[in-house]
Amino acid sequence: MGVVKGDQMILNIGPQHPSTHGVLRLEVMTDGEIVSEIRPHLGYLHRCFEKHSENVTYEQVIPFTDRCDYLAAMNSNFGYVVAMEELMEIKVPERVDYIRIIMGELNRIASHLLALGVYGLDIGAFTPFLYMLRDRERILDMFEYTCGARLLYNYMWVGGVSHDLPKDFEKICIGFLDYFEPQIEEYNNLLTYNKIFVERTADVGVIPADVAVSYGVTGPNLRGSGVKWDVRKDEPYSIYDRFEFDVPVGDGHFGTLGDCFDRYWVRMLEIKESVKILRQALKDIPGGDVHQMLPKKIRPPKGSVYRRTESPRGDLGYYIMSDGTPTPYRVKMRSPAFTALSVLDEVSRGWMISDVIAILGSLDIVLGEIDR
Amino acid sequence: MTSAEIKAAIDSQYPGTIVEREDLADHQVELKGDQWLDMATFLKNDPNLSFDQLECLTGVDTGEDGPLETRYNLHSMEHRHKIEVVISHDRENPKVASIEQLWRIGDWFERETYDMYGIVYEGHRDMRRILCPDDWEGWPLRKDYEGQESYHGIVVPKMKEEDGWE
Amino acid sequence: MTVDMLMDWFATIGDFPILSFLLAVVISGVPLFLVMALNAMVAVYVERKVSAFMMDRIGPMGQGPGLHAGKWGLLQTAADAVKLLVKEDTIPETSDKLLFKMAPFIIFIGAFLGLAAVPFSSVLQVADFNVGVFYIIAVGSIGVIGIVMAGWASNNKWSLYGAMRSAAQIISYEIPAGLSIIIPIMMAGTMNLQEMIHFQEGNVWGILPNWIIFNNPFTFIAFFIFFISAVAETNRTPFDIPEAESELVAGWMTEYSGFRWAVFFLSEYANMLVVSGLAVAGFLGGWQSPIPGMFDTGAWGLFWFMSKLIFLIFVMMWFRWTFPRLRVDQLMHVCWKVFIPIAMFNIFGVGIWKLIFG
Repeated sequence: MGVVKGDQMILNIGPQHPSTHGVLRLEVMTDGEIVSEIRPHLGYLHRCFEKHSENVTYEQVIPFTDRCDYLAAMNSNFGYVVAMEELMEIKVPERVDYIRIIMGELNRIASHLLALGVYGLDIGAFTPFLYMLRDRERILDMFEYTCGARLLYNYMWVGGVSHDLPKDFEKICIGFLDYFEPQIEEYNNLLTYNKIFVERTADVGVIPADVAVSYGVTGPNLRGSGVKWDVRKDEPYSIYDRFEFDVPVGDGHFGTLGDCFDRYWVRMLEIKESVKILRQALKDIPGGDVHQMLPKKIRPPKGSVYRRTESPRGDLGYYIMSDGTPTPYRVKMRSPAFTALSVLDEVSRGWMISDVIAILGSLDIVLGEIDR
Repeated sequence: MTSAEIKAAIDSQYPGTIVEREDLADHQVELKGDQWLDMATFLKNDPNLSFDQLECLTGVDTGEDGPLETRYNLHSMEHRHKIEVVISHDRENPKVASIEQLWRIGDWFERETYDMYGIVYEGHRDMRRILCPDDWEGWPLRKDYEGQESYHGIVVPKMKEEDGWE
Repeated sequence: MTVDMLMDWFATIGDFPILSFLLAVVISGVPLFLVMALNAMVAVYVERKVSAFMMDRIGPMGQGPGLHAGKWGLLQTAADAVKLLVKEDTIPETSDKLLFKMAPFIIFIGAFLGLAAVPFSSVLQVADFNVGVFYIIAVGSIGVIGIVMAGWASNNKWSLYGAMRSAAQIISYEIPAGLSIIIPIMMAGTMNLQEMIHFQEGNVWGILPNWIIFNNPFTFIAFFIFFISAVAETNRTPFDIPEAESELVAGWMTEYSGFRWAVFFLSEYANMLVVSGLAVAGFLGGWQSPIPGMFDTGAWGLFWFMSKLIFLIFVMMWFRWTFPRLRVDQLMHVCWKVFIPIAMFNIFGVGIWKLIFG
């Protein structure tokens, strides 16, 4: 006779569920509350991004990239244009680089704010979410002022940006940063140092560094596991090598290295670093034109490029293949949330259903980017 | 290590596996597919190479009559060098060894490429479609892909060259 | 007390014991139901506004006098209630229909019965039992049967999880709550709520009112254990695990809609009222004035009782919008490994204290 085991129950979390951050279905094998296996089912949001890209021109791909990672659309644009410029071997005017970095970092703050707020919501704390959304709103207002859109910008174009910065943008942005920096401490007091929050996140869902690398987990999730890897520092693109900033890594602040709290905490610290970059960029931004003279139909030379950039969720890579025509031969997006989600099964085994929600929230996935 | 040194290291360990190709850039290398699992193990575990991160796995259809390709972007966290490995597959019967157990992210990447191109990764423990529904027909990202007429009674709209969407 | 008074009054008219009992019950029960409904209406509104102010929002603004121009959204709950009443009452095809329909009312009965023994003032109390405390604790447990029924009958895994968690939680937390409420019983030497409140007259050390909470250090701790356990028993954050919406969608309420769901809501707020009422009567001097000897006649009793009650309910709301949610095992850990030992020790301490100083 073997060990008597309780019958396993299959629980479907999603596709419609408050904490799946989109349309994701998790098939969870549970024994009571304890999870023994998770099978994620993707594709509910599949919009054939890669097939679409093969049927439109290079410029027309940019709005599609917006819709992949809709919480950090600027960074999605950024990755694509950086890859395109590497493929075409062109250099953009200096002002464009600065504007792109300002927008990218602002969007990183906005995305992290939402991630942290929603994480609080997953754990059960409502109030911090509203505080963070309030400040995110001000960033979106600045985007609206710049390019007219609040969520999907289509702002960065190959060889330039769609609009120059509006009047007094620098002043508004500095004003926002002065207001925003003290707020970080308020978030910490509201949520981070809350005993219950720490109890729920510390030691939960530990991703060891080697597992994280093997699963291709990147960005704050990888840095939460203690690996100092940031594409902005280690494979600098655009002009990130000109700025002074630290790469925060997890240090097992309240528990084990690589737990949910570390991933949360790395995001919080990254917001501070983004503020640092923004202040430097706003100080040094030169004048000039923001459009590079390019033919109406871009025809990159034959060849292929794989370029990754640091989006708020991790390494956002674009594999672009050109056959010399105005339409891409192949565009592949290596999405950071896709790889982050793949580790869920491995780290969630043996934890409770509540912890699965906590782990899923700490990975900060965006389903638009996973399903493409 | 530079790309040339990495290629030399592969060549010395597995002579004659590198396929010469004109159209590939310096950082790309085409390998023969029959020993791929051994070579991948070597690439990952050799202390001088130690490619511990599979950055990206891309399927490519080279054209109506050309072969299919899988492109592996490998990166080493330790040495901070990278290489892109290209493996060609026969169009009629595309298959190659799975590296899913070496780099765990290969699991989903290979499922995605299987889903889009129908390339079978032998040895993969869970070879299912990942983004398309399980009963979808055809391999959508192949250049000769013809969409289904209808799916579970839902008519799939087709694009006409002149009129746009039907 | 109301029931007894009415029956005495009926007895002066004629001798119909059964009829007069029924009449007295109905006459005092209907206002009680109104209190319950009104409480839910007000509490929902207050909860919305309190949460809004805590979250840096403005909360409901539209409904109210001069619709859509109203400043305070005073009629928001009325609009909600109307919406809930006209909503379709969905019953899942595969549910156990009889249990499914019955469950809300069993929960409701549990909450409603408890309310009958709450001493709103020295005269306003529907039934003045000699075992009032025991009665409230006892009927409070009826609700959990309704919750398990709702969870089981819904034939939904989320509901089942919610019901199981809820049953485990409520039964567990009844122990520290019960062990803590023993302390006022020991101090006052009675289970009768009115007598317990009378025991708390006067003052200690000349400044503080002679409430049981201020009587000695053990009672002070006991109050907090009781109150936190009470929050857990009413399934509110940080103990809202049974209906944790980010995990279990809505727990045992997942399949309910419309009026049946409204009954759950009504019961939840009534439960808050009952447990806060018990805490106020047992530890905070009931309807006694905080300044001994002043403002303690007539309607002041009701005023003080309601003020204390509302303050405790506000604290519960404050908890809800401040704290994250615990996990099931952490919740049980707090109950079995922290609260129960302390509560046991408290009983011992109070016994010693009474022996020495009493």
